[in-house]
Amino acid sequence: MAETTANATGSHGEEPNRRDFIYIAAGAVAGVGALATVWPLVDQMNPARDTLALASMEYDLTQVALGQQVVILWRGMPVFIRHRTPDEIARARRDDAASMKDPATDEQRIAQSDGKPGKPEFMIVQAACTHLGCVPTFGGGDFGGWLCACHGSVYDTSARIRSGPAPLNLAVAPYVYTSDTVVKIG
Amino acid sequence: MSGESTYKPGSGFERWLDARLPIVRLAHDSFVAYPTPRNLNYWWTFGAILSFCLVVQILTGVILAMHYIPNAAMAFDSVQRIRRDINFGWLIQSVHAVGASMFFLAAYIHMFRGLYYGSYKAPREILWILGCVIYLLMIITAFMGYVLPWGQMSFWGATVITNILGAVPVVGEPILYWVRGGFAVENASLNRFFSLHYLLPFVIAGVVVLHVWALHVAGQNNPAGVEPKSKEDTVPFTPHATLKDAVGVTLFAMMFAYFVFYMPDSLGDPENYNKANPLVTPPEIVPEWYLLPFYAILRAVPDKFLGVVAMFGAIAVLFALPWLDTSKVRSMRYRPVARWFYIAFVLVCIGLGWCGAQTPDKVIYQAGNYRIELRDAGNKPLAIAQGRTADIAERVMQQEVTRLGGAVRSLQRETPFRFDVTALSQILSFFYFAFFLLVLPLLGLRERPDRVPETIAKSVLGGRPAAAIPKAEA
Repeated sequence: MAETTANATGSHGEEPNRRDFIYIAAGAVAGVGALATVWPLVDQMNPARDTLALASMEYDLTQVALGQQVVILWRGMPVFIRHRTPDEIARARRDDAASMKDPATDEQRIAQSDGKPGKPEFMIVQAACTHLGCVPTFGGGDFGGWLCACHGSVYDTSARIRSGPAPLNLAVAPYVYTSDTVVKIG
Repeated sequence: MSGESTYKPGSGFERWLDARLPIVRLAHDSFVAYPTPRNLNYWWTFGAILSFCLVVQILTGVILAMHYIPNAAMAFDSVQRIRRDINFGWLIQSVHAVGASMFFLAAYIHMFRGLYYGSYKAPREILWILGCVIYLLMIITAFMGYVLPWGQMSFWGATVITNILGAVPVVGEPILYWVRGGFAVENASLNRFFSLHYLLPFVIAGVVVLHVWALHVAGQNNPAGVEPKSKEDTVPFTPHATLKDAVGVTLFAMMFAYFVFYMPDSLGDPENYNKANPLVTPPEIVPEWYLLPFYAILRAVPDKFLGVVAMFGAIAVLFALPWLDTSKVRSMRYRPVARWFYIAFVLVCIGLGWCGAQTPDKVIYQAGNYRIELRDAGNKPLAIAQGRTADIAERVMQQEVTRLGGAVRSLQRETPFRFDVTALSQILSFFYFAFFLLVLPLLGLRERPDRVPETIAKSVLGGRPAAAIPKAEA
């Protein structure tokens, strides 16, 4: 750059002069300005504030009978609330030590989001298969839990991935019990 | 390629315009006087057919946008209203929906033509890559367009495909929410897909201009794969190519019309006539036919992220094709071994398409039955249960166990050899990549090609002198 300046002496390694400073300063301001202009154009596509505001909800668990499963919409995504039978719980616990892709004990799977232990009879998980997001169906597959018909992922009664292409267990929805029968999701 | 311009302005106005904006000269040099190889066959009409498809899609699309409502609550009904109540809406909507399939059909034929005749080889690498860019844009545009009717397959297709982005390590999730505009596919996603679905066809049109520009710089390839050397090798674009293209477009339009008028819904999925429901997944999520091969490759890989890598790799490998094929001979007419691999490759692509449409655990071949043998304490067989599936065999055995009571000691299970769709997809995916990464690079070095004709004229006329045939120039 120094060679192009009007008062260059022709030698390399000379002190930067005023023209160099102006070039760099102008370029830097233009660059930062361009980035600052582009960011709003990019960020507008992120979830809007009203979408983010719907992030938490309460649900009364007495509506779910033993052995029943309800599907509710949380953040626009389906969530399973399954009232597990003693048999399902026993089956989940028995498999705690089995070899799994995404190892977790049933204890960990029913824990509340504040770390306190949850209730073993209620399995509250996001209903999106961790492969490509289909809603799995309960009662399919070889592990007594869910089967995703899209690409054949099989989850057990603790919603842990046991076979198929999905890499992870069904995500436990973040929840805390606000009373004995009411759960707050999100 | 065309060298000196042969355009001669006829009138005073044309001379005046030509000195200011030589647009008539450009059109004349590109589409009238432009020398085109005299041996082009009907596979070369698909460029014109594709231009026709793009115009049809943009025209019908702009009209549909006058009636369509890009809102999650109203989109489905607005499409039904277009089909039922808008004057000629049934026609315009059908043409647009069928047109997407026709566009891809023509694009695939165009691409396979380029592959067979080596149209990607020097000096046409950029021409080929621009074509690949157009193809990629077509896929994105078609995917977004398929979401707009907001049926079950629209919604779940969008969910599955956007989830692919979530497979990218670390940045996957923020990008996923950024693309969707929410945690799940929702109204915000539909809105932006509509906006981009309207925008991208014009981007495609822009790249098409570059594609045609690159074509006119390098000149058209031809079935013989040798460059034109003299005037004898070429004929003027008009009337020769223009009218040949017209025949191709007409025949193609007839097939197009047959689908539009007699089976407009045959290429779509009936599931998409159910309104989108985020609580229920359709029994099977399948893309439209033109994306099935890539879907099969995605499912063939057991690991989620690697599956995505393989799927994108299947498209990315097309971009590298000009440098993967090491043969100096362009046209496979003169490559006796490559020709067989080419045919196999076409079958592999069709096979992958079939796999993509099936459930992954569908059994194609099973050697015998599932067998369960029940033995007593002395290891003596008591009963045998058999069934096509493990479920049936287990159920039969359950009855036997109940019947025999406490005598049961052990169960011996035998699983027959099974060959399912996933296994076939894996084999075909391997062949797909092997064609590009093993066959084309190695075969070019080893294959002994047939004798390539010296000139285009000789390939058309055989030994006869060119004077023996009527002059093609009008």
